[in-house]
Amino acid sequence: MEFLLNRYRNLTVLLLAILSQLILLAYQVKSNGDVRLIRVWAVTAVTPLARVVEAGRASVSRFFDDYFVLLDVREENKRMRRDLDRISMENQYLRTELETADRAGALAIFQKHAPSKTVAAQIIMNTTDSGGAEVFVNRGSSSGVKKGMAVITPAGIVGKVVSVYPTASMVLEITHSNFAAGVISQKHRVHGTLKGQDRALVIVDDVQNEQIVDPDEWFYTSGEDGIFPKGLHAGQVATVRAGKARKEIYLTPSGFQNGLEEVLIIIEGVHAPIPDTPSAGQPVYLLAPPPDSVVAPAPSLPGPASEADRVLDRYRKIGEIQKHVYGDRGSGAPDYNVNVNPKSPPSSSPPAAGSKPPNP
Amino acid sequence: MNDYIEGFPEAGRKKERISRFNAAAIIGIPLAAILFQVAVPRFLSYLSYLDLPLLVTIYFSLMRRSPIEGVLFGAGIGLAQDSLSRGYVGMYGIVKTLVGYFAASVSQRFDVENPWIRLVLGFFFCFFHQFFYWVLKRALLGETLDFDLEQTLVVGILNAAVAVPLFRTLDRLKVTG
Repeated sequence: MEFLLNRYRNLTVLLLAILSQLILLAYQVKSNGDVRLIRVWAVTAVTPLARVVEAGRASVSRFFDDYFVLLDVREENKRMRRDLDRISMENQYLRTELETADRAGALAIFQKHAPSKTVAAQIIMNTTDSGGAEVFVNRGSSSGVKKGMAVITPAGIVGKVVSVYPTASMVLEITHSNFAAGVISQKHRVHGTLKGQDRALVIVDDVQNEQIVDPDEWFYTSGEDGIFPKGLHAGQVATVRAGKARKEIYLTPSGFQNGLEEVLIIIEGVHAPIPDTPSAGQPVYLLAPPPDSVVAPAPSLPGPASEADRVLDRYRKIGEIQKHVYGDRGSGAPDYNVNVNPKSPPSSSPPAAGSKPPNP
Repeated sequence: MNDYIEGFPEAGRKKERISRFNAAAIIGIPLAAILFQVAVPRFLSYLSYLDLPLLVTIYFSLMRRSPIEGVLFGAGIGLAQDSLSRGYVGMYGIVKTLVGYFAASVSQRFDVENPWIRLVLGFFFCFFHQFFYWVLKRALLGETLDFDLEQTLVVGILNAAVAVPLFRTLDRLKVTG
């Protein structure tokens, strides 16, 4: 026996390795159990490194984003100087700021005002499965995350937690072929089952051909699956047609619209009603902004709103009085000292030679 | 011991051909390969075809020329991959164990420093890996999956093309002297 083991040492080690892994597989298949210890060790070892990699990538990405934003601002600033319109520049700046607002900021606002209790998480890596519809997030059981919890973004549902480890959790995205959730259409209140199909679009199954679903109609979670609270955006109908037995409805998932880097895990879900009106064009903010952060709209005044507008208005009137066309070659410059308002004397123009100064 | 090997020129030559790596490289490179597989395709999805853990398994098995080390290396990397997937633990483990064993066995008969041989072996083992994984899924788990031959061939060629420069880079980490 010893001779055989020595003679065929390589083959013996191979058979032992294969056999032990086959037993491991058989145990998992037979008992439908999981070898949690191995997974916990692997995930706990890899996630800190993945976080470092993700942090490095985010820093580099942010640096380049900031660089290009700054380039834009400089160009814009030059144009604004030429136009001598300070107010427009300020508005543009604010608009740019608003458009480039950090997704994390939007997420925080949503999290603060969403009825469900959520915990923010960041996607740190994919799984080793091909397809990429399963990811790891940086929140685990130490943050209160449990298996089966719903994962969303302010724009809609993203997936559900399928495995939880101390420092990370595995999320099955709604595009994965194993995913299913109960949904309801907004307009006709048609119930169905949302299923992933390993593609960008998801399908709504279990809808009879007789039921009405409009193109572009929104689907919301129905709350019947026990995972997603009722009233969350699921997606918008991309294609709808009658099938052989049931209606074929394809949805564009709304949760991925703004990329998928930060997500929210619903710790305690609260059902919400399905809205009667179609969704707003800006899907990032589902809820109205809080009262203390709402900026009251400026009252529209009949006259010019700013000093720049007043100067512009004055120059336009001077042009009209003197029938001067700005920019016309050879016409020279108009007399800017003329009084555009006959009722009041010019305040800034010096008195003409030989004329009496006005009485006090 | 040296005298003993000198007495057997064949054994001495074989020992000379075995490449050595320091412990940091042996632990760090597979870890980096697994990290690459889970982190990079999130942003560069076209790189998801690249199976770096497999290429690293092939490389170390070829270079160490020891079937036992190949088995242990393949099993370790495969089980780590299984642990980071949603599937059963052991599927990648078994396949990569076999890849490690066969790669190490082949290395005893071929000049694995030759880039063309590396290219052919890279393609062969990538194809073997994909095919055997499909066989295991059907046979052990009863999953009815289609084997996409065209895609497997393309993935094999692409991985083999990456394997040649990657192996060349990893050669620099060999401990000499």
